[in-house]
Amino acid sequence: MNTQELMEIIDGTLLTEVCDFTREIKGGCGADLMSDVLASIQPNAILLTGLCNPQVIRTSQMADVAAIVFVRGKRPPPETIALANVESIPLISSPYGTFELCGRLYAAGLPSLENPVSNGNCDCDE
Amino acid sequence: MTDIKNQPITDAVAESITKVEELAYELLINQVMTRDIATVSPSDTMEFVAILFREKRISGSPVLRDGELVGILSIEDLIRCLMAVDLPSTVEKYMSSKLITVKEFDPVIEALKTFVHNRVGRLPVLDEQNKLVGIITKGDITRGLLKKLTNEFQQEEIRVYRASHLFEDIISTRTSLVLRYNIKPRDFIHGGTASSYIKRALMRLGASPQIARRCGIAIYEAEMNLIIHSRNGGIIRVEIEPHQITMETIDDGPGIQDVDLAMKPGFSTATEQVREMGFGAGMGLANITRCVDQLKIDSSLERGTRLKMKILLKEQESFGDSRGNHLEGTP
Repeated sequence: MNTQELMEIIDGTLLTEVCDFTREIKGGCGADLMSDVLASIQPNAILLTGLCNPQVIRTSQMADVAAIVFVRGKRPPPETIALANVESIPLISSPYGTFELCGRLYAAGLPSLENPVSNGNCDCDE
Repeated sequence: MTDIKNQPITDAVAESITKVEELAYELLINQVMTRDIATVSPSDTMEFVAILFREKRISGSPVLRDGELVGILSIEDLIRCLMAVDLPSTVEKYMSSKLITVKEFDPVIEALKTFVHNRVGRLPVLDEQNKLVGIITKGDITRGLLKKLTNEFQQEEIRVYRASHLFEDIISTRTSLVLRYNIKPRDFIHGGTASSYIKRALMRLGASPQIARRCGIAIYEAEMNLIIHSRNGGIIRVEIEPHQITMETIDDGPGIQDVDLAMKPGFSTATEQVREMGFGAGMGLANITRCVDQLKIDSSLERGTRLKMKILLKEQESFGDSRGNHLEGTP
């Protein structure tokens, strides 16, 4: 799935200046706690979150997130959008909630890129 | 390009200016114009012009009388003359004496604007004494911009190349690069900036994406711990060596009461306010443990906390050429 297809499935609105619509998204991850994101996410996933502060961008940068989707029509503050533009991480807002979004994307064939907790090893080498 | 006819440039427009447009403001006309140009005199015949244009493969020429620019003759003028079967006539009859010129020290954008406003293919370029010094065409501008873009791209490549060869170029018994960052307590707005710089530095030095990611996640968790928990902030110190990366955070309190408990996934002492910001999941130290090869926590309620994280680089991951970059007797 590329970013363009993702936008259509989730009725997304792009909030950043630029976005590579052809970039391939490998899977998804949903979390509001940033340490959970860092603990579980694999590279090139989209992050579904309700958290809007600039830390979302920093976390995503560390975790090599492909794009961030804000659930329930949330709009992050200007400083978050500004940082996303600097770091070239696309921000997308969707009117749907986390459960609905996960369902739609899973049904469309997008796999989970969340490692389960039982996996005690570092997934960074994958 | 955005509408270059609109002047002046407002802040809103300035934001959407592309790299090429930026260069069009930076580059001067005399840096891209053609200097070595063929000129004709008003008394030359159009037949002479036809031969000149064909031999030099040009489509226009300035007309000079005693060194003064008095007109411009284009291929359209020559075609008009040919259709009238009037080659013996002089240049004066067919040249355009309505002169549209640009100044050599003006930025290229001025020439572009003039091209937009006037349907001309070339512009004579004048110096400060209004003497002709060259000709500028849209082709000259395109070539000039491309050359400048290529140069800038090469310079960036050289920068990355130099950084990634840093450890090969410097010979010592033990070479290391140390990065230090001061972290302010409760500065959530800038939280993670240092980690971002560290990750970028590692990439520029040629670290693999996996190594950069492991270091990034570990130091980001540690940086956020300083911001959330430390009394007076702290220091991040990263030492990059060919075979390992050592990252440390140092603060002066309040210290961790029970380190074993703090290591437990899910345990957190973060306040409700910090949790609302997406932190305090109790996964910080657990995440760090997962990402680094060695973790040492030295904490006391009197002195504060010192976190030392080490990532060991395998032979193929090491910075520089591990065979030839250090002296005998390397520790």
